[in-house]
Amino acid sequence: MTPDLVIDVQGLNKHFGNKHVVRDFTLKVKRGEIFGFLGPNGSGKTTSIRMLCGLLTPDSGSGTCLGYDVIRETAAIKREAGYMTQRFSLWEDLTIRENLDFVARMYGMPDRWQAVSRSIGELGLDARQNQLAGSLSGGWKQRLSLAACLLHNPKLLLLDEPTAGVDPKARRDFWEQIHALAASGISVLVSTHYMDEAERCHRLAYIAYGRLLSSGTVDEVISQQRLVTWMVSGQDLHLLEKQLRGLPGVGQVAPFGSTLHVTGIDATALDAAIAPFKADPLYLWQRTNATLEDVFIHLMDNVADNFQ
Amino acid sequence: MKLDRFSWSRWTGIVIKEFIQLMRDRLTFGMIVGIPVIQLLLFGFAINSDPKSLPTAVLSQDNSQYARTIVAALQTSGYFRVVKQVSTEAQVEDLLAHGKVQFVVTIPAGFERDLMRGGRPTLLIEADATDPSATGNAIGALGQSIETALSHDLKGVMGDQTPSLPRVDVRIHRRYNPEGVTAYNIVPGLLGVILTMTMVLMTGLAMTRERERGTFENLLATPARPIEVMTGKIVPYILIGLIQVTLVLLAARYIFWVPMQGNILLLYGVVLIFIAANLTLGITFSSLARNQLQAMQMTFFFFLPSMLLSGFMFPFRGMPDWAQVIGNMLPLTHFLSLVRGLMLKGNGIQDLWPQLWPILLFMAVVLAVGLKAYRRTLD
Repeated sequence: MTPDLVIDVQGLNKHFGNKHVVRDFTLKVKRGEIFGFLGPNGSGKTTSIRMLCGLLTPDSGSGTCLGYDVIRETAAIKREAGYMTQRFSLWEDLTIRENLDFVARMYGMPDRWQAVSRSIGELGLDARQNQLAGSLSGGWKQRLSLAACLLHNPKLLLLDEPTAGVDPKARRDFWEQIHALAASGISVLVSTHYMDEAERCHRLAYIAYGRLLSSGTVDEVISQQRLVTWMVSGQDLHLLEKQLRGLPGVGQVAPFGSTLHVTGIDATALDAAIAPFKADPLYLWQRTNATLEDVFIHLMDNVADNFQ
Repeated sequence: MKLDRFSWSRWTGIVIKEFIQLMRDRLTFGMIVGIPVIQLLLFGFAINSDPKSLPTAVLSQDNSQYARTIVAALQTSGYFRVVKQVSTEAQVEDLLAHGKVQFVVTIPAGFERDLMRGGRPTLLIEADATDPSATGNAIGALGQSIETALSHDLKGVMGDQTPSLPRVDVRIHRRYNPEGVTAYNIVPGLLGVILTMTMVLMTGLAMTRERERGTFENLLATPARPIEVMTGKIVPYILIGLIQVTLVLLAARYIFWVPMQGNILLLYGVVLIFIAANLTLGITFSSLARNQLQAMQMTFFFFLPSMLLSGFMFPFRGMPDWAQVIGNMLPLTHFLSLVRGLMLKGNGIQDLWPQLWPILLFMAVVLAVGLKAYRRTLD
């Protein structure tokens, strides 16, 4: 194992019944890195994360997480990794303190009382520590879940869509905390649907239909796909959208605020397709860089064609 | 403002949706169909509040024609089935204490001689009256069938005159429950029924609740081992079970005046084993059930035959063989027999094994199924 890699797995597969949920999953995550994990719903993200933290046993494949074998040493992985589930999974009928105390007991922490008190203090929940966790708002539940994951000082955080349903302010605070944690040497694997969050990650992987389709830094992921994108502004863009859709060479047409993004793989084909509209004085055409979203939608469409 | 009227198409939509959801939940649907069928079969065929062919032992100290007539008369009444001839009082005690026979008929020495002299000899019938309803009708039919048989036999010998008094003095000893108090049977039985209900249901719900709320995943992500989770979750319910038992026993003692003939510690020991068997079943149900409702349904599916086929509600010996086979698989059947033995008959530790091993076997089988199911739910 390379000492710098906290996650190093090759060819992991998982079936549920006759459904092949994860296919030949290969991933390398470096120490202190924030690694974004993207993909449509049902693409196998949660299953992959569960295999990494020892909750599920892969059907085949091998690798290490925190230097421990993902198949044989799951107990050791669980002790040193923190996993935050997609749904709030602390006990709603326990108070904030009781929840944290229970988690601390599960990890057999010494100085439990101090650790829990410190955690509550950092959360700023001293006054509400005896409130039932179920009565917290979505944002607070998320912060409490993260605090519970961090209680045992994990070296790796596995976060499964941690910010789903959380307001923008809470999301920003959350990401600040994630970056601070990464700076202190904790590695983070985070799955998300939000493009702005994906752009905050050091590196990304994109997974769909159980396959890893692309990985690298944001710029690498974008440039790998060699998309050509035009931005159109003007009036009655919805009419233009309808006309462009389906033309040869036009991959996707998507509204972006008051503009329209027109994307294709083949620059010459795309140019030919849009040439008649370019002459129209109603529209203003500009070459632009493809966004991460353009790339992902392109990946998703292509994969759907290939595998469904 | 226009009144929003009842819409039949909306209403139909709701009805259709309910049906689809109902059909999709296979287990619920199975229960809806299965429970009435099972109830019908049990009530219709298995349950019989007038049990016949009750196992009977005969202690005959007078080897005479009339003694044989009596035995034959008992058999033809339909209520008694002579399964054993014994020769000592000790054997009688043993058979009754272990519940191997329902009745022991003792024909005293000199029975024929006394009968011929018109001396009204005594015929002793000892009944295991722990469940009064199992013996009531048989005892009621006893005097008449003996009288009829004897008068037929004695016709030529004694002439045609019918005596004003019965020819035989039939003495009935209702053992363990001389007054035939129903509470003596029901209260120890309730102990088992209450434990079955709460232990199976509560553990069933405890695990499925975690799964339903998603907290199970959190628990699994911690270093906690499955065996720690399972056993750790069980302990509070063992405590609850013991509290329930204590309450029922206190009520039995001070409200219903049920005697406690045996050792109370031994009873608690038996109770613990029974609780363990039910908790194992609850945990297994919770591994099989997808949600709390299903766990609840499975509990009722188990609870129903336990109530009806264990001998709690209806006499066990009144049921046909196939129902007795099912009944014998249920821990409650054996528990009832153990508790009645301990409380009413004063049985000791040496008497427990024959009823204890079926409970242990049940537990082992259920545990094996449970562990298999538990592993499957993880992956």
